[in-house]
Amino acid sequence: MNPALTNAIVEALPHVDGYVYPNEQNLLWSTLIVVYPYVTGLVAGAFIMASLVRVFRVQALEPVYRLSLLTSFSFLLAAPLPLLFHLGHPERCLQIMMTPHVSSPMAMFGFVYAWYMMAVLLLELWFDYRHDFVIWAEKERGLKGVIYRLFTLGVHDLSEPALRLDERMGKIISIIGIPSAFLLHGYVGFIFGSIKANPWWGNVLMPIIFIFSAIVSGISLCVVVSLVVNWARRRAQDIRCLDMMGRFLFYALVADASLETLDWVHRLYAADESIYVLKSLASGKLFYTLLIGQACLGTLVPFLVLGFLQLFRRHVAPLMRQHLYALSAVLIMLGVLAMRWNVVIGGQLFSKSLRGFTTYKMELAGHEGWLMSLALLVLPFVILGFLMRFFLPVHRPDSIGQGAAVKVVA
Amino acid sequence: MNKPASRRHVLTSLGSALAGVLSFSAARTAKAAVQNVLVSTPAPNRYRAAEHRWLMAIDIDRCIGCGLCAEACKTENQVPVGAYFRTWIERYIIKRPEPGSVQLRGDTVVDSPNGGMNGFPPSPVPREQILKAFYVPKLCNLCEHSPCSQACPVGATFDSPDGAVLVDPHYCIGCGFCIQACPYGCRFFNPLTKTADKCSLCYHRITRGLRPACVEVCPTEARIFGDLKNPVENDPLQQFVMKNKVQTLKPHLGTEPRVLYAGMDKEVR
Repeated sequence: MNPALTNAIVEALPHVDGYVYPNEQNLLWSTLIVVYPYVTGLVAGAFIMASLVRVFRVQALEPVYRLSLLTSFSFLLAAPLPLLFHLGHPERCLQIMMTPHVSSPMAMFGFVYAWYMMAVLLLELWFDYRHDFVIWAEKERGLKGVIYRLFTLGVHDLSEPALRLDERMGKIISIIGIPSAFLLHGYVGFIFGSIKANPWWGNVLMPIIFIFSAIVSGISLCVVVSLVVNWARRRAQDIRCLDMMGRFLFYALVADASLETLDWVHRLYAADESIYVLKSLASGKLFYTLLIGQACLGTLVPFLVLGFLQLFRRHVAPLMRQHLYALSAVLIMLGVLAMRWNVVIGGQLFSKSLRGFTTYKMELAGHEGWLMSLALLVLPFVILGFLMRFFLPVHRPDSIGQGAAVKVVA
Repeated sequence: MNKPASRRHVLTSLGSALAGVLSFSAARTAKAAVQNVLVSTPAPNRYRAAEHRWLMAIDIDRCIGCGLCAEACKTENQVPVGAYFRTWIERYIIKRPEPGSVQLRGDTVVDSPNGGMNGFPPSPVPREQILKAFYVPKLCNLCEHSPCSQACPVGATFDSPDGAVLVDPHYCIGCGFCIQACPYGCRFFNPLTKTADKCSLCYHRITRGLRPACVEVCPTEARIFGDLKNPVENDPLQQFVMKNKVQTLKPHLGTEPRVLYAGMDKEVR
């Protein structure tokens, strides 16, 4: 090869500090793979939030039960898209289902996803909504009526025993749903945790850290969504419900922060051969996203705010509490997004030779660009707005005919 | 307490061992037959993978860093221009320790400009500061427990019975999980085929009785290649293992690489 061409190629490659294997200079997994675990985590977290009502009978959270389920479902519909768009051959994606390689954690994606969607979320939604579907099917006309009639699946029985069965089935599915949500996101953590080639990923704590970060991000999402929905529908915020969400958010955050701290303590104490490059990574390339974004703004600040509210709730005015919960929830959601970034992008910034770093320059357009990732992050909210139009009107159908006007606001 | 070995006991053990060996061999043959039908490889139809066991060894002291192997590989396998390599060469320069320090050796500088394809520029470390320097050719380590094959979600990457770890580009979905799973950085995402790509030991050549391109062009015979199931007289691989103390890369990961290195220093990863 022409030496001038060689020089041109070397100069065109990303900036490298130290030595990286030649094949590692360009990052393989980019923002789409950051979005994937983030969205999946929100699915699992929002479902855990809903199951607090169903399984653990936390009555104060009843107002956000259906909203949490619908949020979880909206994000679940969008969850496979980042993976699909990232594939070199998306047209071959069904091979994962048709010829799964049983030793590969990634091969389980289709099954875990299908199980969660079919056996958990759709079933729970159907049993919960069956009563309303029947009433809506009778009241509504036109396309909406047809849709509701389809959703009843031909079961119009609203007798006492039938409704009791709905309730019991909903609870059973919710109980199955909790380990399934853990499986869904623990499995995503295992995809990274099982890579022994990469010391930043290959870690037995990774699935558990993913589960707890999913729970905090999911509850935060429910806090934000319920605040926005109430604001958009000009309804008073339910401060009792917010206080309860804030309490569970705080507990989950304590568990999540403890696990992540344990991870670092263990890494620093065990100090295997990768520790020097990982310390350089944390204090260098990931300084802003790990130490500032994830640790300080995404964990420490919400921890202090929520902890303060647990101790001195009575001394803080409801409006101020509402603002503080909103602030904490948004910070936690950004912090968990930063955590996904640190895992996915951070894990590829250093060489497996442990001798150097490469750089990542985010694209704007293109199928791996950040515009695409942003679109995939916004998409679940659009789906949620659409679902709410049909399934979360301002008034439950029981009140129809009692003089209350049905106002549907997306 | 040890029981005296009865005739029945001995015969049972021998029978079990024989059954084990036979079933193992039968399983391998069956696997090879299935792979022959289902998997697309560049091997000719008459080639029987179960009758071979390919291996490559590297004599680090013989490598002069000329880069012919990396260049031949790119040409032979139509590897795209840029940071994509099925094989490459690393230069290790170990500095003398700082004056007054109690170290035996100083820092290590490693580089591989464009995979070493055009040889190497003059050392960035002044000659008087160099304790020693050497070149290390890298390629797929042909792991016994290959993490890439384990990770592939659709089985497009697989361990061939002849020891090669191959990618079926017509079946690979291009998820990149195998690339992340390889501890040695030997895999890359081919931007032309949109699939994972890697050293196949020049499978299209070795299955036709030829040697891999890198072995063919190496002027110093730093790369030793052979078939463990069909050793030749004074087999170079056997001679190599007999005469040298050999090591593998990153043995602590349990991948059990089959590519052997002689003359490797502790800095090599």
